[in-house]
Amino acid sequence: MKPVINAENLTKRYGSLVAVDTINFSVNQGEMFGFLGPNGAGKTTTMKMIQCISPKTSGHLTVFDRDVDTHPREIKRMLGVLPQESNLDPDFTCFENLTNYARYFEIPKSEAGDRADRLLSFVQLEEKRDVPIEKLSGGMKRRLLLARALINDPQLLILDEPTIGLDPQGRHLIWEKLKALRAAGNTIVLTTHYLEEAERLCDRLVIMDDGKILVEGSPQDLISKYVGSDILEVEHTPSVTACLDAMNARYEIFGDIVQVHTAHPREVAKDLFEHCNPGRVFARPASLEDVFLKLTGRVLRD
Amino acid sequence: MDSYLIPRISGLALKVWRRNWDVFFKTYQVNFLPPFIEPVLYLLAIGFGLGMFVGEIDGVPYVNYIAPALLAISMMNAAFFECTYSSYVRMYYQKTFEAMIATPLSLDDVVTGELLWGATRSLIYSSVMLLVLTVFGVVDLPLSLLIIPFSFLGGLLFACIAMCFTAITPGIDALNYPSFLFITPMFLFSGTFFPLTVLPPTVQVLAVVFLPLTQLVIITRSLTLSSISPLFLYSLIWIILVTVLFFVISLRLMRRRLIV
Repeated sequence: MKPVINAENLTKRYGSLVAVDTINFSVNQGEMFGFLGPNGAGKTTTMKMIQCISPKTSGHLTVFDRDVDTHPREIKRMLGVLPQESNLDPDFTCFENLTNYARYFEIPKSEAGDRADRLLSFVQLEEKRDVPIEKLSGGMKRRLLLARALINDPQLLILDEPTIGLDPQGRHLIWEKLKALRAAGNTIVLTTHYLEEAERLCDRLVIMDDGKILVEGSPQDLISKYVGSDILEVEHTPSVTACLDAMNARYEIFGDIVQVHTAHPREVAKDLFEHCNPGRVFARPASLEDVFLKLTGRVLRD
Repeated sequence: MDSYLIPRISGLALKVWRRNWDVFFKTYQVNFLPPFIEPVLYLLAIGFGLGMFVGEIDGVPYVNYIAPALLAISMMNAAFFECTYSSYVRMYYQKTFEAMIATPLSLDDVVTGELLWGATRSLIYSSVMLLVLTVFGVVDLPLSLLIIPFSFLGGLLFACIAMCFTAITPGIDALNYPSFLFITPMFLFSGTFFPLTVLPPTVQVLAVVFLPLTQLVIITRSLTLSSISPLFLYSLIWIILVTVLFFVISLRLMRRRLIV
């Protein structure tokens, strides 16, 4: 089967700045694909090129086997886009936002009304149907944006930070909806800063930094490949590091914490307690966040 | 890259027009007030008040002389302010353009829809104003009815010019420059409230060659007084050519601003 999105040596320059630097990736039908990376890594620029609203500088990019440069309308007709910042129309109510947006896809009026009501109930906003946008909370706006992205029954959903600024309830509701959409066979591409979100949702993901793709794979594969299955956090003292060196353990030092990467946390903890008085030891499963920080470093980006 | 330089305009531009139409009629009570009130105020204060001292210009009562200018000014203002401040708010603050181009609409469709809407607003305002002026009996019928279709063209001219300013302005406050340095002087020096012939010859030529409002006034006055100016055809062609020119420029400038 042909991939839904295929990028080869995709590059975007703004003057001398290389925002996206010869990246290659492909997204398959029916998968949830994530783009992760620190601020300025090139995620949003990549999304904009896929959406045909920002022209690529060089390379090759097809969506549904169509070239983004020559067939933007056909591609955009099949896309649903959830933007990072709300751009709901403040001159309209929730319902009108959906029906007005449906017009841009040339959906007939009665059909648009039906879809709008169905989608409002999908995102649990039936009660806000005739309420103006300014009366909505941040979480409600986010849900309405998701409903709007679905108005044309898209074959590919592009979500730029789908749960940004939401409370835990709001995030879980969006996750639930995205899982339902994926189960229904939708292809979903998302960017996120929430690594827990990526770990829960994505079938495959890439981690970007400085316009390049550092790694690609499923969350579990990336975790076991780059950090191992478990992590022990121990207070950073000279005796602890001496012990770890003697044990030949894989570890990293972050300030006053030493992180030990291991597949056998119990054994390592036992050794530490027996030989070097480690104080507190905290064991947890390794997460995507560990991979992310390991690969992109701990320095603030902006 | 090259394919981004070809204009991409489709019938979808009308969906953008329709969006603005819907919003306009949501608050129609407020929107219809100016075209009713403005001509009444100007006719009373300037036409009848000042007219008492002026009497006639070129054998025409002063009220009848300024009536077509009021129509031309309303065409200019309606489209110009719609496609500067209002379009800028939609583009920059509301991110409406951004939401639109995430659909099959191209940016060219969006800009074209905005321009058509600006022209429509001129048509609505001029038509309402024409009704009021007819009630006052200061315009000739039936020739003045041609003002209605003409106001769309006149509005489109100012919409296209306005959109160019919107595309290059660094912020909403900087739009005050074209308003005060371009629109306000034109409001006074385009043969609106006194004939251009009283001005020095060089200024007259400049007004006829360069000022868009002068062309609108020549045409509206020809129609409301049923006396076709020798410059009528010149002004009509001027308006069409300059509209096309600024239409193309506005599309180009908007792309430069928004497609990065």
